[in-house]
Amino acid sequence: MIQVDSLSKKYARHTAVNNISFTVEKGDIVGFLGPNGAGKTTTMRMLTCFMPPTSGHASVAGFDVFEKPAEVKKRIGYLPETPPLYPEMSVVDYLMFVARLKGVASSDLKSRIGSTMERCSVADVKDKLISKLSKGYRQRVGLAQAIIHNPEVLILDEPTSGLDPKQINETRELIKSLAGDHTIILSTHILPEVESVCKNVIIINQGRVVATDSVAHLKTGSGSSAVQVQVDTAGLADAQAVRQRLEQVSGVSKVVDLIVTPAVFTFEVEGLSGQNVRGELARAVVQSGWQLLELKSSSASLESVFLQLTGSKGITQ
Amino acid sequence: MRNIWTICRRELYSYFVSPVAWVLMAIFAILGGILTYEYGSLYLVQNMRMQAQGEQAGLNLNEVVIAPLLSQMAIVSVFLIPMISMRLFAEEKRQGTIELLVTSPITDLELVVGKWLSAVILLATLFGLLLVDFGFFFRYGNPDWKPVATGFVGVLLQGLALLAFGTFISTVTKNQIVAGAVGFAFALLLIFLGWSIEFNNSVLAQVLSYISITTHLDSFTRGVIDTKDIVYYLSMISLGLFLTVRSLESLRWRS
Repeated sequence: MIQVDSLSKKYARHTAVNNISFTVEKGDIVGFLGPNGAGKTTTMRMLTCFMPPTSGHASVAGFDVFEKPAEVKKRIGYLPETPPLYPEMSVVDYLMFVARLKGVASSDLKSRIGSTMERCSVADVKDKLISKLSKGYRQRVGLAQAIIHNPEVLILDEPTSGLDPKQINETRELIKSLAGDHTIILSTHILPEVESVCKNVIIINQGRVVATDSVAHLKTGSGSSAVQVQVDTAGLADAQAVRQRLEQVSGVSKVVDLIVTPAVFTFEVEGLSGQNVRGELARAVVQSGWQLLELKSSSASLESVFLQLTGSKGITQ
Repeated sequence: MRNIWTICRRELYSYFVSPVAWVLMAIFAILGGILTYEYGSLYLVQNMRMQAQGEQAGLNLNEVVIAPLLSQMAIVSVFLIPMISMRLFAEEKRQGTIELLVTSPITDLELVVGKWLSAVILLATLFGLLLVDFGFFFRYGNPDWKPVATGFVGVLLQGLALLAFGTFISTVTKNQIVAGAVGFAFALLLIFLGWSIEFNNSVLAQVLSYISITTHLDSFTRGVIDTKDIVYYLSMISLGLFLTVRSLESLRWRS
């Protein structure tokens, strides 16, 4: 559905997007993940024909964004980082305008607007001025504007930024419900969002793609399963001793200090792949006469993968 | 066509739900009313004086009242036009709605013409208010309607050209005040250029005077439609709109 082939965008002084390539299949939800300033918005703007690429090609639904922008624009719904709203308009008038702009047939206008407002749950504020709406409602009106012409592809730039936790949840549910009918690319720098919404993820840093994978694969694929252990020795042993004891447990490959306070120590223990070391760890701690406060599997969160891929330690594929 | 009308209609919506249109209409109506009263009184006083001196002919209402009144209102409109055009693109850029417009399946030309057309409709509404004042002249006097009609065509054409440049200036900045100020300075420049011919008859002065926007208005208010003037205004409108489309394109390459 979306094909990006060595796309670059150079400005006078710096390169915002550097030779990135990826493809998105029909019906997929892809998370476009990266720290601020990584080039997410620039890439999205090139896909939506807002700005032309410096080099490379991108096509949406089989149409090149540079050669056939009119065809691409018809098939894309785009929610920019700040929703493009006119504060002086009422919600229904605004959606009417966007629907006309996007080429919805006059006979379908009423029904399209009605069903879109239902879907994005903004029907209850339809006669309110947009300037009077809360941030959550504005975001939903922004989403409504993106889907009003039932586009094949949806491009959402940080759709949950600035919302409160409840609104974030609602917005994510809404986006998930749109999958299937639409192919969706959403950008974010919030990791749980990708984990909860997306099937696949493209991690981008400093204008380059550093990883393209499925969310499930990235999480498990990062190697061994890690376990977090919190131990209270009541002053009987120091962190050094506890770490050494844990390292002796069979199946443990590495122990890292996470939080060390005078009495309570937290470690992250990595086991050799395929081995469950939790039972052995618990026994070792208890037999040494210490209190085991917490023992949990922290199957390498996407967060650690992300930090690893975009961190200063160097970027590896 | 449908796209142009979609854009135009939304712009008019914004003009009329915000105070912009109403304030401009109020200003135009008040100034137009005062000028009508003053020129009308002047005409009556002078006419009475001439009749007292035994002259039969009387003053020509078109020449003494209507032509100068239209010229004065054209000057007023030069002040108001930047206020109409300054928000057209600057506001979209500031609030980010330009992304919606530019990523929608409409052409840049449709977008530009739609916006310009809405400004034109507002300007025509302003001059339409003058018809109320002119109604008095036709009710109580007997002016020739033809110079009145050509005068309106002239001031509107001048407005259309200034609006086209104002739209262009509005694409260059995000700041409405800057767009307004530059638009106003540009309009004044086009007027001042016409003055050079008065003290100097060189080729340069003639060219500058031809470029000036007011020299072309005088013949209209006198009831003369010269193709030279029509061509001038149409080319200014086309140039303004062309620059706007180009500026919008370059915006994409630079942004």
